[in-house]
Amino acid sequence: MKEELQELYKYRELLYMIANRDVKVRYKQSVMGFMWAILVPTMIVISGIVVRYAYAMAAHVPVAKADIASVAVKSLPWAFLVSSIRFGCNSLIGPNNGLVTKVYFPREIFPLAAVLSSLFDFLVASGALLVFLLVARIGWSIYLVWIPILIIGLVILASGVGMVVAAASLFFRDVKYIVEVLLTFGIFFTPVFYDVSMFGDKGKWLLLNPVAPILDGLGACIVRQQPPDLPWCLYSFCFGTVSLFGGYVFFKHLEPAFAESI
Amino acid sequence: MSDAALRFEHVYKKFRKGETFDSLRDLIPALTGRMFRQQELSKTDKREFWALQDVSFEVERGEAFAIIGHNGAGKSTALKILSRIMKPTKGRMIVNGRLSALIEVSAGFHQDLTGRENIFLNGTILGMTKREIESKLDEIIAFSGLEEFIDTPVKRYSSGMYARLGFSVAAHVDPDVLIVDEVLSVGDYVFQQRCMERLRSMIGGGTTVLFVSHNLKAVTELCNRAMLLEHGKVVTIGQTDSVVRRYLCDSLKPSTSGPNKSVYISELKVRDQAGEQSTFESGQTAWVDIEVTAREAVEKLAVVIWLTDQSQYALFNTSTERLGHPPFSLNDGESYRCTFELKLNIAHGSFHVCAAIHRYDIQKDYDVKAPATTIFVGSTMAVRGAVNCFPRLVEARTVAEAASSSK
Repeated sequence: MKEELQELYKYRELLYMIANRDVKVRYKQSVMGFMWAILVPTMIVISGIVVRYAYAMAAHVPVAKADIASVAVKSLPWAFLVSSIRFGCNSLIGPNNGLVTKVYFPREIFPLAAVLSSLFDFLVASGALLVFLLVARIGWSIYLVWIPILIIGLVILASGVGMVVAAASLFFRDVKYIVEVLLTFGIFFTPVFYDVSMFGDKGKWLLLNPVAPILDGLGACIVRQQPPDLPWCLYSFCFGTVSLFGGYVFFKHLEPAFAESI
Repeated sequence: MSDAALRFEHVYKKFRKGETFDSLRDLIPALTGRMFRQQELSKTDKREFWALQDVSFEVERGEAFAIIGHNGAGKSTALKILSRIMKPTKGRMIVNGRLSALIEVSAGFHQDLTGRENIFLNGTILGMTKREIESKLDEIIAFSGLEEFIDTPVKRYSSGMYARLGFSVAAHVDPDVLIVDEVLSVGDYVFQQRCMERLRSMIGGGTTVLFVSHNLKAVTELCNRAMLLEHGKVVTIGQTDSVVRRYLCDSLKPSTSGPNKSVYISELKVRDQAGEQSTFESGQTAWVDIEVTAREAVEKLAVVIWLTDQSQYALFNTSTERLGHPPFSLNDGESYRCTFELKLNIAHGSFHVCAAIHRYDIQKDYDVKAPATTIFVGSTMAVRGAVNCFPRLVEARTVAEAASSSK
């Protein structure tokens, strides 16, 4: 394990280059350029606003500005997670197919580069979100220091899951369809359009989803100016660390068979 | 012992033939089925085969070593194990130093990136650092000869340009051990020569080179030792010349002529004074015996023979008619024999002997055997190229300054 990590460190430039390639190609191919990074989150935000509007209509209350901000704040990290896992899932069987059978280097670079390039998109979109939050005068508090920590938690989770689905999809062609279905409907089991607090006591069942405490925490510290729910965030971190560690061991265990099975 | 650049120790590699489960949809029913019928497990063992069996060899530091063999002999598997893409099923492989592979050099290219961006991408994939690439960038671009197009996306490149850029990057990695797999077939003649020169200078500079190719001429020119693989087993390891000879002898199986032709080449033998032979010395005389048999009456025939090099490029051509023999006619069941005497003024390498039955006035080929057989020509003289002009250094001296600059 130690040797493998040392090797990964040795290849860190390649990780950067592959992520850089993915970003460059993504932005080159689309006429809209950087708009691409904002497109998916924007669609999620708009759908979220429609859903929120429906809640408000049913409850006969006006839509609050904070509700819309909360949807926007949680949509971006969700879009990041989805894109990391989706690109990670296709990272070994997609256009890199040729490389896997031709040149040696640690293969975990592919799913990790998918996370890194998605992180770049996320940062671009965050810039746009920041402008929106400033215009909407959401305000700020000391709890904003939690943001980077929560995002690191999300990156850890995305990397772990990414490695597992990347390796699994190489051996079983239908894994990518299963992952696609889970990612599409996952948004309904994750507090993106709604808040955990809406469910009252039953909310803790939602928090069992390891993504939920992180998204809810981001909503809390940015929009509601509260600290995140620490025990639940710790749960997410533990879950993330286990998935990263387990995912890495799983990936490395299967790696020698990659070239033969592709 | 520790000076070996790389070493294979009793390497075995097993593959599975046939269909394996590559989707969960197929796997889950198969697994549940298997729980009830456990004895079926042994059935799958029959579908395994050994791509490599007990392969051991050692390459010294700075040596150029070749692996030759027919398609499917296990060369590519050996290379994949060497470059760590695959793990051996049994046995060990040891590499000392940085290893780089010139296997399909443009594998890491991305269509939408420019030539320059791809140099950085591919260079990093092959194990160079960014700073290393920056320092060699001009050299790489100059080597590829693509200065004008370096900022064009590679999807607009021709396949030759694509391959040239790939090779140029790979040729500048400066590894301790370099694996070369059939990449010298890229680009035009000039570029191929440049690649050969580059490889030679790398070998001269102390790089260990492992070469896998069907181009026996390049193999014999570059490598001092070689290994012959057949069906995953080592046949022989030794001096390149003798290994190549062995390879050619093994592959000399006369092809059976089409039974439905009206007239066909029933026999073709290449011999020296002593008898049938496949290896010759440059400048030696060889005789080619040809027998032609007719199944029905045919007229105005000639026997044509020609020699080609490894890349099927014709080096020499003659025929019974060109040599002054009148066209001949055959009746059903009749045979015709002729013997050509050839002085093999050709350089070191392997050559194909080809023959045809031809009718000149209507330009018709009745039977063509290309190649009919392959001969290997050795030479003690250090000459390169296709022919041997038997050079002799008659005069070589430094000329006094006054004599050369007198005007």
